Amino acid sequence: MFDLALTRRLGERTVELAFASDDRVTGLVGVSGAGKTSVLNMIAGILRPDSGHVAVAGRTLFDAARAIDLPPEQRRCGYVFQDNRLFPHMSVRGNLTYGSGARAGGGYRADLPEITALLGLEPLLDRGPRTLSGGEAKRVAIGRALLSQPDFLLLDEPLTSIDPARRESILDAIDRIRSEVGLPMLLVSHRADEVERVASRIVRMAG
Amino acid sequence: MLTDAEWQIVELSLRVSLVAVLVTLPIAFALAWVSARTRIRGKILLDALVHLPLVIPPVVTGWLLLILLGPGGAIGAWLDRVLGIQFVFRWTGAALASGVMALPLMVRAMRLSIEAVDRRLEQASRTLGAGRWRTFFRVTVPLCLPGIVAGSVLGFARSIGEFGATITFVSNVPGQTQTLPLAIYSALQVPGREGFATRLAIFSIILSLLALLVSEWLVRRGSREGGIV
Repeated sequence: MFDLALTRRLGERTVELAFASDDRVTGLVGVSGAGKTSVLNMIAGILRPDSGHVAVAGRTLFDAARAIDLPPEQRRCGYVFQDNRLFPHMSVRGNLTYGSGARAGGGYRADLPEITALLGLEPLLDRGPRTLSGGEAKRVAIGRALLSQPDFLLLDEPLTSIDPARRESILDAIDRIRSEVGLPMLLVSHRADEVERVASRIVRMAG
Repeated sequence: MLTDAEWQIVELSLRVSLVAVLVTLPIAFALAWVSARTRIRGKILLDALVHLPLVIPPVVTGWLLLILLGPGGAIGAWLDRVLGIQFVFRWTGAALASGVMALPLMVRAMRLSIEAVDRRLEQASRTLGAGRWRTFFRVTVPLCLPGIVAGSVLGFARSIGEFGATITFVSNVPGQTQTLPLAIYSALQVPGREGFATRLAIFSIILSLLALLVSEWLVRRGSREGGIV
């Protein structure tokens, strides 16, 4: 599913990671500052690696040696950012449907009713992102990524800044995506116990 | 209220200011974009040129416009010969002078709003499958819309009050270039026309005040809406 070898110099330090995983859900664990988010940004095409390659589900997204570097919009990557990044000028519905229809070709196809049912978003559709709680905003961000016809999902610390009572609902949502949707997922966390429940393979990143 | 002659002056002022702002708008946005988002050589010089009308006397700006775009000017003579376009003594010239004077204010407001757009939202848009242009029109422009509108309103208010550059560049021709400030100035040169001048002055104060209030409201609304959610 994921085949990565990445190197990128960021100021004084170098972010380096290489692994190949055939598991549907892979957990990427490391202490804060280890460069986990930088790795996700490199997979998504937001940050350019200095060298290496990125292939997901058999499709090469980046390869320095072969001069392949797909722009973010062509990577078919459903990225759930740690800070959600919901568009403040759009309703929840506008955010959810933003990426649907933007991409031509393959990827996981779902419609709005399907995703709102999966993540329990129905009552939120006409609200503004500013009025959502942390857990609600996270579920909207996951729904938005799922509706963008992705080939795979990247989830960056999906449980951080969510109060413990709400964590269960996010973990449930991830669980349901794993069992019902079946998209390859790379789940980043600084806590191994958080990802162990859903990930069948854990990759550790040194700080 | 106002007489027909006074309304004609108000109508001309509104037309000059509206055209000035509408024509300047895309130019100001492009310059603001270059200033906020690019690292081209000579950017400081470009910024200085854009801001020049803000710091030099308006009469000097008008005189420079006359040198460049007047009948004998380098660009003006060419425009007249090739395209048949003339500015001097015409309302289009008044609009041009107003546009040049409004440009720095418009660029400043728009640059601030472009700088305030969280680029992480643009990245999110790209990962959702939107290319550069779709991201620009659906994320960037809506997010800096308050700045675009506020800049335009400020530019409009500046244009309504424009005097020095206009009178120097296109003179004071009733019905063509005699906008509100020029008409007030002319009325004050003739004894017994104080009533006329007062009515126009009150009207121009109301117009500019309204424009400023709208601009302030938009900026406040914009600052409330910015940021990551």
